Amino acid sequence: MDEVDLLILGAGPAGMAAAAEAAGAGLVVALLDEQARPGGQIYRDVTAVPPARAAILGPEYRAGRPLAEGLADPRIRHIPGATAWKIDPDRTIAYSVDGKAALIRGRRLLIASGALERPVPIPGWTLPGVMTAGAAQILLKQSGILPRRAVIAGSGPLLYLIAAQMVRAGTPPLALVETQTRGDLLAALPHLPGAIRGWRSMAKGLGWIAELKRAGVPRHRGARDLAVDGAGRAEALALTAGGRRRTIPCETVLLHEGVVPNIQATRLLGLPHRWDQAQRCFVPRHDRWGETPLPGIHVAGDGAGIGGALVAELSGRLVGLCAAAALGRLDPVERDRRAAPLFRTLARERAVRPFLDAAYPPGPQTLSPADGTIVCRCEEVTAGEIRRHARLGCKGPNQAKAFGRAGMGPCQGRFCGLAVTAILAEANGQSPDETGYFRIRPPIKPVTLAEIAAMAPTGPDKDSA
Amino acid sequence: MNDASPFLDLDPGGPRVSVRFDGTDHALPEGANLAAALLAAGVRVFRATPVSGAPRAPFCMMGACYDCLVLIDGVTRQACMTRVTDGLVVERAPGRDLHDG
Repeated sequence: MDEVDLLILGAGPAGMAAAAEAAGAGLVVALLDEQARPGGQIYRDVTAVPPARAAILGPEYRAGRPLAEGLADPRIRHIPGATAWKIDPDRTIAYSVDGKAALIRGRRLLIASGALERPVPIPGWTLPGVMTAGAAQILLKQSGILPRRAVIAGSGPLLYLIAAQMVRAGTPPLALVETQTRGDLLAALPHLPGAIRGWRSMAKGLGWIAELKRAGVPRHRGARDLAVDGAGRAEALALTAGGRRRTIPCETVLLHEGVVPNIQATRLLGLPHRWDQAQRCFVPRHDRWGETPLPGIHVAGDGAGIGGALVAELSGRLVGLCAAAALGRLDPVERDRRAAPLFRTLARERAVRPFLDAAYPPGPQTLSPADGTIVCRCEEVTAGEIRRHARLGCKGPNQAKAFGRAGMGPCQGRFCGLAVTAILAEANGQSPDETGYFRIRPPIKPVTLAEIAAMAPTGPDKDSA
Repeated sequence: MNDASPFLDLDPGGPRVSVRFDGTDHALPEGANLAAALLAAGVRVFRATPVSGAPRAPFCMMGACYDCLVLIDGVTRQACMTRVTDGLVVERAPGRDLHDG
């Protein structure tokens, strides 16, 4: 079996920064990532993007390029196209590249698996033509394609960014439908003084909104009762705003109610998670060095709690320093000296979060979908069915699987887990922590029996220390 | 399948190769993301669900939602995690008969 000093899962900003920092201290690093090129979703294909597309995507995207180029360090082995399907507490990962499976172990392990779009269960969200706003960003970054007649709906700064990028590309969205309300903004105001420390992020957001205004993109704020209409594909988005029901014809609907940590890997490891009420999601428990209660296993980046690309990069660097010190390659005093400015910048970058979390909360349909709405896309289980399970005594998501298959399809709950937890918590009068989450078991990505069978026998491994 | 694509292609140049999807031939950019290339070519429905036969198409583009499942050489794969190569034959993933609901 391969063994390295620091094994990293995920080549986004956290994983790339951790790799660079650790390699700089002399550690041998392996970086596993599903995609063909480094960058994660935020910097997807940043090393290959043509100049015109890079101009549309803006400086925040281009800022990822030096990080990706840093992987050229000979101490870093970047393993692209790698699907990790099993992760063990002894820091071994089973993964496949091009249908060939292998094992690799790290003396330290960093899970930097990033974020997923929060599920947005509204009527019609399973129709072809409905995508996440993040999917539209990926299509633009990697493939240079943009929807021509799109409505963007939901809540959060990413909506303004993708809309502004569509304006720059010459295909402005038909409308921006925002679910946050004036009340949310008022509730966020007490966090504004704290957010001033992160004024750069605020200025960026205001810049995007100004671009949309200049382009004349219609905005509908405080929108309720969103529904995608169409026979066999998305044909319109219906909504109520300003006391009026309206229908906006379109071909594509881009949904976004914020992003949440991708916790498939950390749940698989059996790590403890806590409910973050401000961000309304589960986050794996960790200390300020990203270390979890499992020895030698770290988390960093959005997978450790949503903070965005810069926070991810800084938290990754801290893990790199911590790993180097833990393995005796960096004096603890030197670790602390290098970490001090990182902690200071981290605090500044995180300062804007409480304001954003309060100003752009997930809308009421996301937190409590109507009975007829499909929640589990794979098994086509509705919110009403989950509530019926609760009336029959179903207390948590794992029981819900037995009651009605929610979470048992190929996505393994990635796009229904939080909604199932929320519906059961509300129906049973429990907290999300009491309600819990799906138990995640291997393989966390599909793997063929042939791939497993072809793996080199591992038996008692005399080579490993 | 002959509908004008709902997507604008910023860089339509570059070499194209032949890919068959559900019996129809498409000229797609070599090395492109298969899901993106099919969307740009005007393919709107990728599969029907096994539960109700409802139509589905790419939703997340990052390998998480499994709505872009297709069948290649008898193996069910995620189109958004697959590269376009010359002569690729892509079939619909097994599901119920497609309905328009």
